[in-house]
Amino acid sequence: MSSEWPLWEVFIRGQHGLNHRHVGSLHAADAEMAIHNARDVYTRRNEGVSIWVVRSADITASSPSEKGPLFEPSNSKVYRHPTFFDIPDEVGHM
Amino acid sequence: MEAETTTEAAIDRAALFEFLLRMGDNTLMLGHRVSEWCGHAPALEEDIALANTALDLIGQTQLWLGLAGEVEDKGRSADDLAYLRDVYEFRNLLLTERPNGDFGKTLMRQFLFDAWHYLRLQTLLSSTDRRIAEIAEKASKEVSYHLERSRDLVIRLGDGTAESHARMQQALDDLWPYTGEMFMTEAADTALSAAGVAPEPQSLKAEWDELVAETLSEATLRKPTDGYMHGGGRRGMHSEHLGFVLAEMQFLQRAYPGATW
Repeated sequence: MSSEWPLWEVFIRGQHGLNHRHVGSLHAADAEMAIHNARDVYTRRNEGVSIWVVRSADITASSPSEKGPLFEPSNSKVYRHPTFFDIPDEVGHM
Repeated sequence: MEAETTTEAAIDRAALFEFLLRMGDNTLMLGHRVSEWCGHAPALEEDIALANTALDLIGQTQLWLGLAGEVEDKGRSADDLAYLRDVYEFRNLLLTERPNGDFGKTLMRQFLFDAWHYLRLQTLLSSTDRRIAEIAEKASKEVSYHLERSRDLVIRLGDGTAESHARMQQALDDLWPYTGEMFMTEAADTALSAAGVAPEPQSLKAEWDELVAETLSEATLRKPTDGYMHGGGRRGMHSEHLGFVLAEMQFLQRAYPGATW
């Protein structure tokens, strides 16, 4: 129905220095209203220092039916994981 | 000399108590009205936003009425003042007890109040009473957002469809005669103003008019002219609506005195 508000995806940054993370979606007439609604719906418990919103329709997603060709080839390539290095003790936990 | 000073302090304290009741009763009554939308708003997002606003206002009520109880010094808590007073003891503006009407009318009432509330709190930031300045500082952050939101929605609905425009204009015309009470100044106000506690209500009028006029013009709404203005809330003369609000709000404490959970 065209009179429905479009859907927006909401990204919140929890603390300075961290990445914005997807927290959910909501309806709003435009970007400004989406920010207001995101503030009210997703930051009620002091979760955020920054909000991004983007129209859900503007997100291009990979197709589930292509997951074989897209992801399976990386299954058996252990050499892509950097697990073959000896880490000097002084580096500590990495 | 001693007796004179004591009397003067007592008068100030009575005026201060009344002032704090007015602040706290406004936020209590509007907070309750807005909370009536919980579960009924036209969209989930608006429902949560209104509940947030109601909770902010009720939180501010705890601070204002808590301080009122301290100033009165008769051992009454914020809860006692909220739940155990009768209609004629409430000091809220009549605007805040107006029924919600439709969503647009609720937002129009909110905007007219928020614009006043915001300006009122700004003036209290520099109150000579440190406790008042501290409450104002905490509340003004919340109220800045309330105003931003209600202003935005009044503009959207006023400058929206023919239907939403007509409803917003109707809401504005209905509520306008209740706006004058915000600026009515009485003798106690002059005393508080002279003491630097809170400027007279009248002093907020010009800025409020400007803020409201600018928003209404953007919302393509016609600002009514100031005609007869209802008053009396601060003397405990309320509309019939307040009794119904209190009946619901106070029921539990009246039926089961002292009940906690």
